[in-house]
Amino acid sequence: MLTKRIVPCLDVRNRKVTKGVKFQNNVELGDPIEMAVAYSDGGCDELVVYDITASAEGRSIDIDMVKEVAAVIHIPFAVGGGIRGLEDMRRVLLAGAEKVSVNSLAVSEPDIIADGAKQFGSQCIVLGMDPVKVQDLQKFPSGYEITTRGFRNRTGIDALEWAKRAEGLGVGEIVVNSVDADGTKEGFEINLTSMIAKAVGIPVVASGGGGRCEHLVEVFTSGCADAAIIASMIHTGQFTIRQIKDELVSAGIAIRKKW
Amino acid sequence: MFSGEPPHSDEGAKRQSERGKAHRLSGDGKAQKMITIIDYKAGNLTSVKLAFEHIGVGVRITDRPEDILSAERVVFPGVGAAGTAMETLRGLGLIEPIRKVVASGVPFLGICIGMQLLFERSEEDGGIECVGLLSGEVKKFCPPDVMCKIPQMGWNEVKFASEHPLFEGIDDGSEFYFVHSYYPECKRAGDVLGKTDYADVVFSSAAGNGNLAATQFHPERSGRIGLKLLKNFSLWDGKC
Repeated sequence: MLTKRIVPCLDVRNRKVTKGVKFQNNVELGDPIEMAVAYSDGGCDELVVYDITASAEGRSIDIDMVKEVAAVIHIPFAVGGGIRGLEDMRRVLLAGAEKVSVNSLAVSEPDIIADGAKQFGSQCIVLGMDPVKVQDLQKFPSGYEITTRGFRNRTGIDALEWAKRAEGLGVGEIVVNSVDADGTKEGFEINLTSMIAKAVGIPVVASGGGGRCEHLVEVFTSGCADAAIIASMIHTGQFTIRQIKDELVSAGIAIRKKW
Repeated sequence: MFSGEPPHSDEGAKRQSERGKAHRLSGDGKAQKMITIIDYKAGNLTSVKLAFEHIGVGVRITDRPEDILSAERVVFPGVGAAGTAMETLRGLGLIEPIRKVVASGVPFLGICIGMQLLFERSEEDGGIECVGLLSGEVKKFCPPDVMCKIPQMGWNEVKFASEHPLFEGIDDGSEFYFVHSYYPECKRAGDVLGKTDYADVVFSSAAGNGNLAATQFHPERSGRIGLKLLKNFSLWDGKC
């Protein structure tokens, strides 16, 4: 049986992994290479590395860091942040990343998804989306609006419509990062995740809000997620991946148990 | 400071010793042979190269027929569409060299699209003829419902169908990393080396015949267990 994936997220700023709440008040946690190795050896199924200041600083992604990660871990990892076009995608993939994640760029230039999928294959193009809950159901029938640039920008795009459109353009996987739940440790946004997972035929990764093992059980069952991104709950040392996986196995979730 | 979990106790040491062994002699007393990786522009070879380097095995990446014909050990990787990949192979004049090097008894490992292209035909891209070194064909997954996602992306169990040297030291039922929308179906039961269950089918996730072996999953992305399989391949004499 295909297992559900546990995916630690490393938000990197100035070569240090950081973590904030709702994209703010980031604190430094450690070295990205050391943390990638520790999580990979610790049993995570995949990793995601975001260069969170690349686009704000108007520079390209830190390719040397991608190369270093690729040389030390031998599980899949995705890279995002600061992807400005096809050439950046190529550099990230050739550096050894399995997937490249686009977010703001895909909103401003949706064709980048189709172009990337054609050039490198759908399986390595990930759409990251940051939806926020809204009241205006006339304008946003799903109840969620897409934001970009770390919640700073409202786009006027409905989250569900965007997910379906991105699937049509050839994206291989969608990471749904709830702005409302991010960093709260109060649980994933189940309604949002399951709505998107039920509407597209490609894998959906839940992100934002994971704080306890029950949250993961919930997102893999009622949330219908294929994978879940976690950060705070392991970065603080509160849980090990082994502990999380043991809990998921006891709850009857299909999980990779040996590594 | 990072206060996550510590790496597993014995794994670092194990890797260290694998690295150390690499440039010495393999089990049968012969020097370990360099691996020739076929580059036919089907996706990214970086992770395959990095995985072999990590276990201390030298690699040469090439798209030249003469390099394949003189190879001592071949890896045929790839991701992407089968149709384009076959066209490129043909354009580079690599199909005959691949058949010849396999016929010569050199250990040969196909990975993902590299496995699929070894079959007779694939349903992908409207139906295409492939290299035909393994009997059978490659079919598209038909998901039973929207919750069964295509591609299959992630870790799934491989049940070993035979005691193949590639699986030495690896537990039956271990999980490996998959990314694919089409699956291989062997015509001869004896060619099936491993089986995996997805989208209501049990497909051949590993197959082979003599010195030819292939995996639908990505050993280069399957952690320590995947590296063990690649290490086994680097020491394999091509006999079963």
